[in-house]
Amino acid sequence: MNGAAPQTHPSAGRVSCSRLALSGRQRTLLTAALAALALGVIVAAGVLLPDTRLATDLGARNQAPSLANPFGTDWLGRDMLTRTARGLTTSLALGMAAASVSALLALALGMAAATLGKAADAAVSWLIDLFLSVPHIVLLILISFAFGGGARGVIIGIVLTHWPALARIIRAEILALRGSEFVRVSRRLGRSNLHIATRHMFPHVFPQFLVGLILLFPHAILHEAAVTFLGFGLPPHEPAVGIILAEAMMHLSTGRWWLALFPGLALLAMVRAFDILGDNTRALLDPRTAHE
Amino acid sequence: MTAVLTYLAGKTLRLATLLVAVCALSFWLMHISPIDPVQAYVGADMMLVSPDQRAAIAERWGLDEPPVEQFVLWATSLARGDMGTSMIYRQPVSTVIGERFLASLALMGTAWTLSGVFGFVLGVIAGRFRGTLIDRVIRWYCLTLASTPAFWLGLLLLMVFAVWLGLLPVGLASPAGMLAEDVTWLDRLRHLVLPALTLSIIGVANIALHTRQKLIDVLASDYAMFARARGESETGIILRHGLRNVALPALTLQFVGFSELFGGAVIAEQVFSYPGLGQATVQAGLHGDVPLLLGAVIVSTLFVFVGNLVADLLYRAIDPRTRAKAPS
Repeated sequence: MNGAAPQTHPSAGRVSCSRLALSGRQRTLLTAALAALALGVIVAAGVLLPDTRLATDLGARNQAPSLANPFGTDWLGRDMLTRTARGLTTSLALGMAAASVSALLALALGMAAATLGKAADAAVSWLIDLFLSVPHIVLLILISFAFGGGARGVIIGIVLTHWPALARIIRAEILALRGSEFVRVSRRLGRSNLHIATRHMFPHVFPQFLVGLILLFPHAILHEAAVTFLGFGLPPHEPAVGIILAEAMMHLSTGRWWLALFPGLALLAMVRAFDILGDNTRALLDPRTAHE
Repeated sequence: MTAVLTYLAGKTLRLATLLVAVCALSFWLMHISPIDPVQAYVGADMMLVSPDQRAAIAERWGLDEPPVEQFVLWATSLARGDMGTSMIYRQPVSTVIGERFLASLALMGTAWTLSGVFGFVLGVIAGRFRGTLIDRVIRWYCLTLASTPAFWLGLLLLMVFAVWLGLLPVGLASPAGMLAEDVTWLDRLRHLVLPALTLSIIGVANIALHTRQKLIDVLASDYAMFARARGESETGIILRHGLRNVALPALTLQFVGFSELFGGAVIAEQVFSYPGLGQATVQAGLHGDVPLLLGAVIVSTLFVFVGNLVADLLYRAIDPRTRAKAPS
């Protein structure tokens, strides 16, 4: 690592993608499709694996991973693969529902801040500051506590904690749009604020909104799992990754490594798949990178 | 000088409104909770406590007052520095928080420093060798870390170091069954290692990716190109121009990250049963200890605010443009 090292000019560092003879856009599409496929497989496994694999089978307790039980079995002889798939599907559904509501909230507040005048802007900015001033986990604990735990508390908590970042992006985007030529022309033509907001501004921020929404999913899922793990989220009888891992922690000293390793790894893979899907969708939708 | 004073006054006002709002919001959330604080306090002794005694407990805590008066009562004693008594620890909340926040600070400080240094180094390496294998490995590593659930990473570390190798203790800041004064600093250190490691590993991702991007921007700048044209080596450019421009934004980012740091500490402390404020927050939430939970919310809010304030001041110190502008 000295002067003799090859001089890498910043723009010369383009990643080569010639091995498969795919263009950059094709590669991006392929990656996004693979990530979507991975998520599909998880959901399919969660829905299709039969209940019989979850039945208590004391003859098959605490078995290490094998062909019949790729993730091993737990202390009741339940198949960990099935439990993990069910748990991930639950987390996915919960996270997606909560993140979607949160993103809509962000869209509404971001647009309100940018179009309804100074007072609305100040109010929304203050709200954003307020929700960013308490650590997410603490706020989630607080909200879960307020609703007595359970799925409702987690969903409301995630909805209320995840909107500020996206709302900021949408607000900035719309503020920039407000001064643009076509909006001013439309206003001169006597179009109403509502018309301008829905016909001119919304189509412009929609790609941003979509990408922001997809990128909210992994956050929401991780937070749901963490809160459930801490004991505030879903009740213990629900199949949730947070519950599975909390149980695995109690059995940690027994040396049954598969109880914690595989469910966590699967959760990591799911979150990563969402991230990849979001990043590649962004690359496809953004005109500057769409054809790279 | 007046600009600085206006700035500080504005910040103080902002903190005041945020704190009042956070307190009111938390208090309201506690109030609508179906978890009855008296029931939570009584706990397993519920058979031994008569309805009269319950009413007495409720009266002693002012729970029979209407909610607004309860809030005013709580807020006025808070203003006098009295945060109430923790139900689960049977100690004043300020004592509990004082002790535990110190433990948390040791944990968070270690993790903050380690993740900052390693993240920065990784980011500089990745930016310097942009597009090469090492850059791709570092980026892949960071992006994967960003998707890793902190509590799962903690479980893995526990499994490897405490259960398999038996090198480090499974939890607690001090060995069980020992008097506080017999605990050596070495013991405390041993119990700090794993939670701090978990937090550091998770914290690296953000700072490394940010530093990498910043360094790439600097290396693509005109002055870097000019230096290259003068015949300076790439390493020389990074040492003389790169690090200076990248280090302070990275430090600022670390201060902005106080919120995530605290959140991570809550999870790490719970996994390793490290007796810090995060674990106390979880216990307070699980057992309905309202005064302690409210106290934890206030302290964490202050902590995040201090982080943001320092980041803001650093920005002003680094970038003359933010100083030239009249404070809005």
